[in-house]
Amino acid sequence: MTSDAAPGAGCAAVAVSGLRYRWPKAHADCLAIDALTLVAGERVFLRGPSGSGKTTLLSLVGGVIQPQAGEVSVAGQPLSRLSTGARDRFRADNIGFVFQLFNLLPYLSARDNILLACRFSAARRARLCAAGVSAQAEAARLASRLDLDAGALERPAAELSVGQQQRVAAARALIGRPGLIIADEPTSALDADRQQAFVDLLLGECAASGAALLFVSHDLRLAAHFDRVLDLAQINHAAAAEAGT
Amino acid sequence: MTPVLALSLRSIGNRRLSVVLTVIAVALSVALLLGVERLSNDAREGFAQTISGTDLVVGARGGAVQLLLYSVFHIGNASNNVSWQSMERIAALPQVKWLVPISLGDSHRGMRVVGTTADFFAHYRHGADRALAFGQGRVFAVAPDGIFEAVVGAEVAARFGYRPGQRIVLSHGSLGGEGGPRFADHADKPFTIVGVLARTGTPVDRSVLVGLEGIEAIHIDWHGGAPIPGLSIAPEQVRKFDLSPKSVTAALVGLDSRIAVFRVQRQINTMAGEPLTAILPGATLQELWSLVGMAERALLAVSALVVAVGLAGLVAVVVASLGERRRELAILRALGASPLQIFALLAFESLLLSLAGIVLGLALLYGVVVVAAPWLSAQYGLNLAPDWPSAGEWRLLGAVLGASLAASLVPAWRAYRYSLADGLTIRI
Repeated sequence: MTSDAAPGAGCAAVAVSGLRYRWPKAHADCLAIDALTLVAGERVFLRGPSGSGKTTLLSLVGGVIQPQAGEVSVAGQPLSRLSTGARDRFRADNIGFVFQLFNLLPYLSARDNILLACRFSAARRARLCAAGVSAQAEAARLASRLDLDAGALERPAAELSVGQQQRVAAARALIGRPGLIIADEPTSALDADRQQAFVDLLLGECAASGAALLFVSHDLRLAAHFDRVLDLAQINHAAAAEAGT
Repeated sequence: MTPVLALSLRSIGNRRLSVVLTVIAVALSVALLLGVERLSNDAREGFAQTISGTDLVVGARGGAVQLLLYSVFHIGNASNNVSWQSMERIAALPQVKWLVPISLGDSHRGMRVVGTTADFFAHYRHGADRALAFGQGRVFAVAPDGIFEAVVGAEVAARFGYRPGQRIVLSHGSLGGEGGPRFADHADKPFTIVGVLARTGTPVDRSVLVGLEGIEAIHIDWHGGAPIPGLSIAPEQVRKFDLSPKSVTAALVGLDSRIAVFRVQRQINTMAGEPLTAILPGATLQELWSLVGMAERALLAVSALVVAVGLAGLVAVVVASLGERRRELAILRALGASPLQIFALLAFESLLLSLAGIVLGLALLYGVVVVAAPWLSAQYGLNLAPDWPSAGEWRLLGAVLGASLAASLVPAWRAYRYSLADGLTIRI
């Protein structure tokens, strides 16, 4: 199943070239990546120990920070050509994030947390509309696919278990079919036996929605079902890779 | 921007307790600031209107403030009296509508005795053109029937428990309070209280008012401030004597038209035969108030500081919450919120809280005004009305709002910096 709804279909989901990034006040580059490409719908496991610049790379791909050199394109759109505001909107429309922990606003219900992604993105709403489903219905559908019962959806996020929170975060990343899902150690707070289950759920939903998945973790045991496994230490040539995380 | 504002409200709701306490702190400081402004305004107005219907106060040649102090506030003494002939000449001036003579110099248990005519009750005005009203009884009767009748002010009646029908003895001299020097009692000629005035918040409350003939009658067997030895005239016999006053202390003058006030003032000041001073009571009251005004400004400055403390507390609460909310901000960034939206979120939040504080403070003030107004009016003659905020109060509110706007930029700016520095890195 390939993406027919996500924008930039046929383009690479992520294309990085000649990237150099140095944190402000740092003495050396944190990231130096000559080339990194995810084709549309591709699910990539990016391995990197902590301190290897993983989160910096994700911030660059998310357009939250800008590289000193090189280019990052998402869904065929070079991020540097967008204004700051346009980059924020582009991120809202095309990228779903799942973090290690604390993905949710504690004072909103699980449902409102999922719908939050749609509130910030007209494009996600438009894609749902084109598919003929309401945001509410899609949130409920994703929740049931991710084994969240209806009762959990109504509860404040702060009352959910960590596992439930991570599944709500996954639903929020996926709603409205963004072309790219970025997951940053999303399983590290889960029990060992739940980790693989969560990864499988995420892989399955990305496949179902046609989204590319950039999954970052230090734990190679989870890499089994991915299309490709990359090692950040090998593609990052920066000498001072441990300068930032 | 709309999702951000909606989120802001939810986020505030999530931190109810600290938010409510902060809003209450701001509300109290705003209520204090406006309360002080309103009270001092009303006190100033009340003071300026201690004597409002009178166009000129006339006394012996001397300073304007001194004349006002002894004739209206009953503080200090006149250096000289004014002859009755001068009174008649002033009353005969074509622009003069009425003239109420005042004769001071005696006291009753520390309260001043004011010798005057029944016209005093017709023409004396205080506040916004309020006439004297009787709580009980009536005006003293015209001589000779009412020679030994007295009307007492509300404070006098309240302090000594006086009612119409009671008899009181006046004392010669008026220095000091109840324990101050009195030279002798006019014990042989007691007065009967026939009326008690309603409270005015003016020195009238602390006065015993009698007819000019009564003042003459108690001094008929006196000379030079002491009883004439061997001479004693009984009250029943005084009616046989000429009790028309020879001189008085001062006079309140009303004109047909205010426009003539400076001309009449000049005429009186330059009147041949006797050196006199005529003053405009309003202007002199303003002059007096400027002496008292320092305290008023100091009070206002203190309450402005209290507002600053309230707003500083608000900023502290919002900034302190930022530490825990960095994660929240990073989530919003990941979802597509721009740093400017984060800035707006925090600015909106602090502004909303201070606005809530201002509104609550106003409500508090009006609540207190409504509850306390009757008591303040009865106890101090201060007339607080739950009016719309005056221009000065709007300016104060504007200043508070401006200060809270400036204060709201502090957490907003910090959040903006956080959201740029943190990016998507959620540091725990």
